[in-house]
Amino acid sequence: MLTHWLKAALYEVQEYMRLQGQTVRGIFSRPFYFHDVVEQFDEIGLGSLTVVLLTGFFTGAVLALQTGITLDQFGARPFVGRLISASMIKELGPVLTGLMLAGRIGSGIAAELGSMVVTDQINALRALGTDPVRKLVVPRVLAGFFMAPVLTVISDTVGILGGWLIAVYQLRVASSLYWTSITEALYLQDAWMGILKPFFLGYVIVTIGCHVGLRTSGGTQGVGRSTTAAVVAASVAVIAVDFFVTRLLITLLY
Amino acid sequence: MPVSSIRESEVLERRSALDRPAVVFKNVSLSFDDKTVLRDVSFTLLPGHTKIILGASGSGKSTILKLILGLLKPDGGEIWVHGSRVDGMSEVELMKVRGHLGMVFQEGALFDSLTVAENVGYKLYEETDMALDDVRRRVEEVLGFVRLSEHIDKMPSALSGGQRRRVAIARAMAFKPPTLLYDEATTGLDPITATTIDEEIVKLRDVENVSSIVVTHQLRDAFFVATHEAVRDGGAIEITPADPQKCDEAEFIMLKDGVITFEGNAAELRSSTDPYIQTFLS
Repeated sequence: MLTHWLKAALYEVQEYMRLQGQTVRGIFSRPFYFHDVVEQFDEIGLGSLTVVLLTGFFTGAVLALQTGITLDQFGARPFVGRLISASMIKELGPVLTGLMLAGRIGSGIAAELGSMVVTDQINALRALGTDPVRKLVVPRVLAGFFMAPVLTVISDTVGILGGWLIAVYQLRVASSLYWTSITEALYLQDAWMGILKPFFLGYVIVTIGCHVGLRTSGGTQGVGRSTTAAVVAASVAVIAVDFFVTRLLITLLY
Repeated sequence: MPVSSIRESEVLERRSALDRPAVVFKNVSLSFDDKTVLRDVSFTLLPGHTKIILGASGSGKSTILKLILGLLKPDGGEIWVHGSRVDGMSEVELMKVRGHLGMVFQEGALFDSLTVAENVGYKLYEETDMALDDVRRRVEEVLGFVRLSEHIDKMPSALSGGQRRRVAIARAMAFKPPTLLYDEATTGLDPITATTIDEEIVKLRDVENVSSIVVTHQLRDAFFVATHEAVRDGGAIEITPADPQKCDEAEFIMLKDGVITFEGNAAELRSSTDPYIQTFLS
């Protein structure tokens, strides 16, 4: 039983690594399906904007509410901006954007590719002389890799704006004080940390979605299973990769 | 080497490939885990001829088509497609061989996100450097051939089951492959629609001189394809009962549990005394 499980797990890892190898080869060699890349940048980038804007805004706002109460105990309410910017940029922005992308993009990719597998569309692509990895995986991976940082920056920005609204209108902190405390508390290393992590997270979310989708079997039921598996795996991976990359970046940057 | 010489050599290579048997299976075997899917399967498809593969569900019929395309690899034996041995080829090498093969999948396998025109012209749009106007002309031509010209800009979801299969046939023939593979092209269709698909198969074989492998468990369609031919009558194409020589060019293969139990023409199949075949035909 355990051997069987271990074998299956190792096989999954092997196939996942193989897909990554094929993807990297596909990025740096021809044929390259440029219009699919543009389409995916639009789908993954612009398509995820609303959910990222809403998540970022409310996270920043609720962070201001919560930290306001805590800081009051120390008479440090004016420092609310410092806490929000540090939390949003270093941790909450990347992780929450990652989780939102895992839910939206990871599931979407797994469902789309899974449906294509069970309806023989992937085989049809191969029969027509197209490598599915180049046509379907490479554009999605590139879009996930490059759009996750952009979306994270947007999330950070609206989060800080949400915090500003609460700080100014609810906590009665002066607007100038809020912005000053943000700029004073921000270090270049924090910005690097916040901008580098989403590259890893975007890559992991999309590759997991593609891997799970392409390994779908068992008809429409299988597509449902793959979608769930992709969201769960990508969400856990976001948290785990965030930890390891943070650890690495602390060593490298600070 | 000058470009013209390269093109010339490509043309010669393609021409010599087309002179060879379209598909050759030599003692091909395949198993999934403990289940034997194909055992010692051998047959040859000559250019312009038809092989009709019959068998119950799970007998390994569709697997044969996937092996020809290189979508699956056999455990043993040799598979030749237009003079190239494909069973050991890499995915990159297979792409070239697949240029000789068009495949009509079960249920059509049309790309949901593309229009009918984009589906039909997919290979020409994506995998060749043909001018867009030329691709459009070819798409219109093949859609005219399968009598679906008015649906050119529709999405596949707006088509009926029979229309989807015909679009799949149009997609498979758009890049003029010398061999077409049909995987249960008429399954699930009403008899009238199924006949229109059968007629397309016959037309492609006789008018375009395409070699065909037809996988089916629909006897009615199998016999229709084997016993009819398409002839040009002025501009129109007519489907008529085939003469005996033409009937001999369509060979049946009966698969049972991954083993060929019968190989011969329609008359021989009908007169077979094999109990399994008798049950299948009854």
